[in-house]
Amino acid sequence: MKSSAHYHWVRYSRREKYVRYFWLLLTAIVVFWCLRTLDIFWPWVLDAPAQMADLFSRMSPPSWVRWQEIVYAMAQTINIGTLATLLALVMALPAAYLAAQNTTPNAATLWLGRFIVVSSRSVNTIIWALLFVAVFGPGALAGVLAIAFRSVGFIGKLLAEAIEEIDRRPVEAIEATGASRAKVILFAVVPQVVPTFFAISILRWEINIRESTVLGLVGAGGIGLILQGAIDTFQWQLVSAILIAIIVVVVFGEVVSGWLRSRVI
Amino acid sequence: MTQPAHYQWRRTPFIANRWLRYGIWLVSAAYLVWAVATLEFDWARIEEGMTRAVQIFDGAFPLDYSRWELLISGFIESIQIAIIATIAGILLSIPAGILAARNIVPRFVYLLGRAIVIVARSFHPVIVAIIFVKAVGFGPLAGILTLIVYTVGFVGKLIAESIEEIDPGQVEAIKATGAGYFKTLTFAVFPQIMPRQVGLTIYQFDINLRASTIVGIVGAGGIGGTLMNSFRRYDYDFSFAILSLIIALVIFGEWVSGKLRKRIT
Repeated sequence: MKSSAHYHWVRYSRREKYVRYFWLLLTAIVVFWCLRTLDIFWPWVLDAPAQMADLFSRMSPPSWVRWQEIVYAMAQTINIGTLATLLALVMALPAAYLAAQNTTPNAATLWLGRFIVVSSRSVNTIIWALLFVAVFGPGALAGVLAIAFRSVGFIGKLLAEAIEEIDRRPVEAIEATGASRAKVILFAVVPQVVPTFFAISILRWEINIRESTVLGLVGAGGIGLILQGAIDTFQWQLVSAILIAIIVVVVFGEVVSGWLRSRVI
Repeated sequence: MTQPAHYQWRRTPFIANRWLRYGIWLVSAAYLVWAVATLEFDWARIEEGMTRAVQIFDGAFPLDYSRWELLISGFIESIQIAIIATIAGILLSIPAGILAARNIVPRFVYLLGRAIVIVARSFHPVIVAIIFVKAVGFGPLAGILTLIVYTVGFVGKLIAESIEEIDPGQVEAIKATGAGYFKTLTFAVFPQIMPRQVGLTIYQFDINLRASTIVGIVGAGGIGGTLMNSFRRYDYDFSFAILSLIIALVIFGEWVSGKLRKRIT
């Protein structure tokens, strides 16, 4: 058998290649534009690795002298995250009911529901916290409200999607018995979305634990307060202890939520 | 058939064991009481809050767009931070993802890779931003570094997961041709994860765009700094103007990323 002596396999056709080059070039131009116009002081960039190394050397070893304070603040952080999740669930249920096309009473309420969901999600927790600290003063309450207001949109959106995907037939079956609207929802809609509801709640709880670690930076309670204080006073060894504590709590949150999810679903 | 005349149907409880069910209720109630107790609400301050809220909203409307040049330059900076951080972050999360994929690296490398990804994911971007601001100074550089860490944590994890799910047959086929480690990666592993990767990159850009609007709160560049300053000066009409644009940007980003992902996948 005779085959062509120098057969070379290529991965992309010529056209594919040019399309790829075009995108690469475009990306390069955009990056170049960003780097040129961003206000970056380049000597600092070159110095950054040395500065980071210096910072890490000052951070080690972590200092656990104030461990009681850290544990207490961490408990508060977890509590803020948990209470906020519960509060958010209470607020998200009606929001999801309004934002789902198949349960909402009319077009106006549909848009109201969507407005609540979108505006809640578009404002970051930190910004909600700034707002609530301005209203209620510094403290954990502002933190709980900030996280709750942020979570409503997330839970509401996912729950509304779950409601929209339900099976119509149980709803019709219950309706056929002459049940009231409230009963239809309780016996035909709710049972279908309960598993999703728990899954979403657990997921959001995990996210909220992470979110609640930064609330203190704007004065809304939790571990962030001590962290901010330690950074402002250059107690880097305390900072590293707090950071380790945060990792522990976040990983704890992940493990607990993973375990709960495997139990629920 | 012997059935009582008045037979009433009951919903089956979520947890069948009665003791467990009431036990969980009891523990939850106890936790709730304790959690609320640890939060130390300042009721006097909260009472003041309502009048303050009215003041804030009074001061906020109508929104003040008169300093639009400041707004635009802040937003452009946020967008640029997001672009650079996404590109650099994705490039870095590929090696991080490879290190953290159980099936293609030795066990100790896998543990190292997992540690990198977990640490990067544990910290809220605002905490990372504070540390980078201390290390490399105020400005967009700190913001870029922050979002790179954020991207590596999230995308690195998902890349590792998608590598763990690849079809080993193709890897074996390429290996059988005598290809080395890097050729196996480029021709057997990457083509399998590429489609998901592109969608993920777009999604991450959307996330980074949101985060880039808040890292400025701690001095890491972008519109967040302007927002924080206006809040501190009780300049609420300007703060709310910034907020309205952040919401617009977030919604726009979500819409664009949704459209793009739909076209690709």
